[in-house]
Amino acid sequence: MLGLGAERLRADMNRLLALLFHQGVLDEQFLQLQQLQDATSPNFVSEVVNIYFNESEKLLRNLRGLLLDREFSDYKKMGIHLNQFMGSSSSIGAKRVRNVCVAFRAASEQNNRPGCLRGLELLEHEYCYLKNKLHELFHLEQQRLLAAGVRYPMQN
Amino acid sequence: MVAVRLNEQSGTKRKNTFINRFWLPKLIVLWILFVVFVNGIIYTRMDAGNKERWKDVLVSMCDQRARMLQDQFSVSVNHVHALAILVSTFHHYKNPSAIDQETFAEYTKKTAFERPLLSGVAYAQRVVNSERQEFERQHEWTIRTMERQTSPTRDEYAPVIFSQETVSYIESLDMMSGEEDRENILRARTTGKAVLTSPFRLLGSQHLGVVLTFPVYKSKLSENPTEEERIQATAGYLGGAFDVESLVENLLGQLAGNHEIVVNVYDITNSSDPLVMYGHQYQDGDMSLKRVNMLDFGDPFRKHQMICRYLQKAPTSWTAITTVVLFFVIGFLVGYMMYTTLIHIVEVEEDRDKMEQLKVQAEAADVAKSQFLAIVSHEIRTPMNGILGMLALLLDTELSSTQKDYAQTAQACGKALITIINEVLDRAKIEARKLELETVPFNLRSILDDVLSLFSEKSRHRGVELALFVSDKVPEIVMGDPGRFRQVITNLVGNSVKFTERGHIFVQVHLAELAKAVMDAKPETCLNGASEGIVRSGGCQFKTLSGSEAADDRNSWDTFKRLIAEEEFRYNTSNRVMNTDEASQDVTLMVCVEDTGIGIPLHAQEGVFTPFMQADSSTSRTYGGTGIGLSISKCLVELMGGQINFISRPQVGSTFSFTAVFRKCEKDAVGDLKKSLSDVLPTSFKGFKAILVDGKPVRAAVTTYHLKRLGLLVEAVSSMRMVVAVNGKNGSIRIKNVRQPDMILVEKDSWISGEDGGLSIRLLDWKQNGQTLKLPKLILLATNITGAEFDKAKAAGFAETVIMKPLRASMVAACLQQVLGVGRKPQQGKDVLNGSAFLRSLLCGKKILVVDDNLVNRRVAAGALKKFGADVECADSGKAALSLLQLPHNFDACFMDIQMPEMDGFEATRHIRMMESTANEQMNGGCTIEGTARKAKWHVPVLAMTADVIHATYDECLKCGMDGYVSKPFEEENLYQAVSKFFESKTISDS
Repeated sequence: MLGLGAERLRADMNRLLALLFHQGVLDEQFLQLQQLQDATSPNFVSEVVNIYFNESEKLLRNLRGLLLDREFSDYKKMGIHLNQFMGSSSSIGAKRVRNVCVAFRAASEQNNRPGCLRGLELLEHEYCYLKNKLHELFHLEQQRLLAAGVRYPMQN
Repeated sequence: MVAVRLNEQSGTKRKNTFINRFWLPKLIVLWILFVVFVNGIIYTRMDAGNKERWKDVLVSMCDQRARMLQDQFSVSVNHVHALAILVSTFHHYKNPSAIDQETFAEYTKKTAFERPLLSGVAYAQRVVNSERQEFERQHEWTIRTMERQTSPTRDEYAPVIFSQETVSYIESLDMMSGEEDRENILRARTTGKAVLTSPFRLLGSQHLGVVLTFPVYKSKLSENPTEEERIQATAGYLGGAFDVESLVENLLGQLAGNHEIVVNVYDITNSSDPLVMYGHQYQDGDMSLKRVNMLDFGDPFRKHQMICRYLQKAPTSWTAITTVVLFFVIGFLVGYMMYTTLIHIVEVEEDRDKMEQLKVQAEAADVAKSQFLAIVSHEIRTPMNGILGMLALLLDTELSSTQKDYAQTAQACGKALITIINEVLDRAKIEARKLELETVPFNLRSILDDVLSLFSEKSRHRGVELALFVSDKVPEIVMGDPGRFRQVITNLVGNSVKFTERGHIFVQVHLAELAKAVMDAKPETCLNGASEGIVRSGGCQFKTLSGSEAADDRNSWDTFKRLIAEEEFRYNTSNRVMNTDEASQDVTLMVCVEDTGIGIPLHAQEGVFTPFMQADSSTSRTYGGTGIGLSISKCLVELMGGQINFISRPQVGSTFSFTAVFRKCEKDAVGDLKKSLSDVLPTSFKGFKAILVDGKPVRAAVTTYHLKRLGLLVEAVSSMRMVVAVNGKNGSIRIKNVRQPDMILVEKDSWISGEDGGLSIRLLDWKQNGQTLKLPKLILLATNITGAEFDKAKAAGFAETVIMKPLRASMVAACLQQVLGVGRKPQQGKDVLNGSAFLRSLLCGKKILVVDDNLVNRRVAAGALKKFGADVECADSGKAALSLLQLPHNFDACFMDIQMPEMDGFEATRHIRMMESTANEQMNGGCTIEGTARKAKWHVPVLAMTADVIHATYDECLKCGMDGYVSKPFEEENLYQAVSKFFESKTISDS
């Protein structure tokens, strides 16, 4: 916490990122996203990701609503939602979520309801996981920035 | 529904059956009545026969008696007749009489045997009243009446003059004085024949008897004399007394069976009033049966009959009764048996009906149970997701350590619960036959990578080595159900991880036919390896992945090597075979999961695939779990057209292997799919050379497999010393052509075993010698590593990054990137720099419109474009884009998302193009001179953006008037290509 932690926090972040990569939760696109973040837009990643979360939650809600409707047959609409979800997921590099979306969409194209339900569950699960981990990451980053921001008069 | 239908069926069936509880007793009563009836008939038949015989006996006895009586009677009559003739001859025809009382008595006495029925005979002379004095004087006695009085005067008298001794008391009695005798005498003399009286009490003996009277004539009679003549000629009367009672008694007494029957003899001359001659009128006897015989005693005036009866009633026929009783008993028993049988049948039928109903109910209940389970599990799962999500969110907030601990525990429990629910749901779905497998293309390797990475932490924690090997011949993309495949693998590996404390877990995937071929060839290896095996066991080392013994020794290095070699061989030599194989569209994979865990006890091996069955309850206590996983796996594998089996040795380990059939992916689709499905492995390592140091060949093969996926050239050696030897040579001689290895990967075990000194020293040597070539990087491979070891490794010259097992291509790539990053960055960076610099130059200051309904995508695209200096504006729908793109254009380019609601990219572009063309036409129409030069004045470049490479074909984009497409998410290279093409052409056209 006293500035010395900054390095450790960075290492933690790296480890977390490595784990996420390792598990296939994230892919290179996320790195590219990070690269887009610079002095001109310091919170770019978290901003985008927050937008992503908002959008995704909306989409998930819609999907669940569609699927749980008894007389449900609107696979087309679901496909649109899924495309959006897939698009945004691949934009931020959420690889696993995207893969689940692909499977989900395949199921919806085949009008396979059980497949869709499973897809939805999997999607929610993956989404939750991703969200947790990204929150954790941002939390670490914030702490790191805080720690990096600490300056000791002695050093100066 | 089913139950109701079956009920109806059974109802109609019941109607049809004649036998039921209601009818049965009546039937039985009927049967018994029938038996009684039949018995009655039998009895009467038998009894009738008996009666007949009984009657016959009576008839014959009666006939016999009647005949005898009649015979004796007629004999006596004849003899009396003879006596009459004697008297007439010797008394009347002779003068003086040759017979006197003495002679008569003497004679009759001596001939008495001739007259067995007669108690005595006597002769009475006819005396008219005028001759009475004369007669009395002559005989010196007076004529007396029956009452022994002196007879009163009458017309004529018939005093007895001769008599047998037995009846001497009637001498001198006037026979005419007795009523019966008088009648008799009168009738005898008119007829001239023997006549009989009706029975009366005889004088003297007072017995019942009859008197026989014969007339004696004194002169010879003419032929056919008249009555008058007869009366005139009558001289006297010979009479005999039949003492019927005593004499017949004697006579019948001589016959057999006398006391069985009652004999009565009647005089029925007056038929209305039969007179008893013999026998007792009121003697009791069997009145029901009698025999009547007519008797002819020689007097046509008198009629006699004999009536015989049995003294006793006919004896009841015991044979008949016993027969009947027997028959009845038999009939009753038969009836009883039938009754019980039918009752039993009825009961059984009722039971069966009941059972059928129960069965239907049970089946319905089973289906209902499965459905219920499925529904309930699903319903539980939905809120559980919420709980887990909220817990996850909760964990993100600021929590005290205790709170965090609680929340984490809750989350872990929730996760465990949801796993169990999922398993139960799957099981229920399979049971309800509701599980359908998908057929979607998926990348096998990445799924396996994912699964293994799930367990990596756990296995690493325990120091268990987790490894994956996929044969090169297994297609990259197959069609199937990735979720289910993943589930099976997860399950098997999860089990293995759960039960393995040391050693390794090794997942292999091969083509089934190749694996089978090698496995079939196994006996040879076994034979060959027998001696080797002994040596090995002595050395306590097994040529498996981690050196621990495995249950299925097929997976030892020998077989493994053969398998790989075989695959190479087949692939190279018989490409044609593979081609035909490809044509078959199906690919059968064989997956083995080998562990060195506690194994399955022999007695429990049979029930391993039964749901909710763990080896024993103690296991579940120790390790937890529902034991449903394997049964689900089995079902799933069977659904996938394969089979699962296992080899297990307690305390050694288990090897589960299963086969599964997948469809091959169409060739043309593969290309597209690869991009979307396969985890994009960085290709930047292509051509790098690596040396792998590993003492264990199987493990080396696995590592090699992962490195090869990254495009590395791998050379495996067994120990550090060999590396030193190889490199040392290279190092000293330094032949330019021989390429130095870029990295040396060292297995921790090999390093620990203490041969590192040489290498590190050698490496230091190289360093000190200032060799210009960059040194190979030393990288440590480890399953787990302690801090101390890590420090030691660092000191020994290893790079900072330790590649942790289990290996995974992308992870290895990341690590290598990190390690080699220094050497790699310049060249790659240059490219990128070139690209981005160029992009920057192209895009800087350009005004670009980004159209996407997806906020995130919009934001990212905008961010990316801004980075290259572009001035970005955004629109969130096709319509908004149209309104922004009104002529004259403010934008230099437009990135248009294809898939948007309401108006998609294609349509929006068409609108834009239409707008432009009308504007152009107008303009061209306005000033035709300039027309040629400025023909394409209004044409805003529209680039399609899409995440979906398959759908958005380039052609389609062009058709709508787009200028190109960029795949989403933006890749620099991609963007660069598209933009450069377009802007370059534009600049060219501009210039």
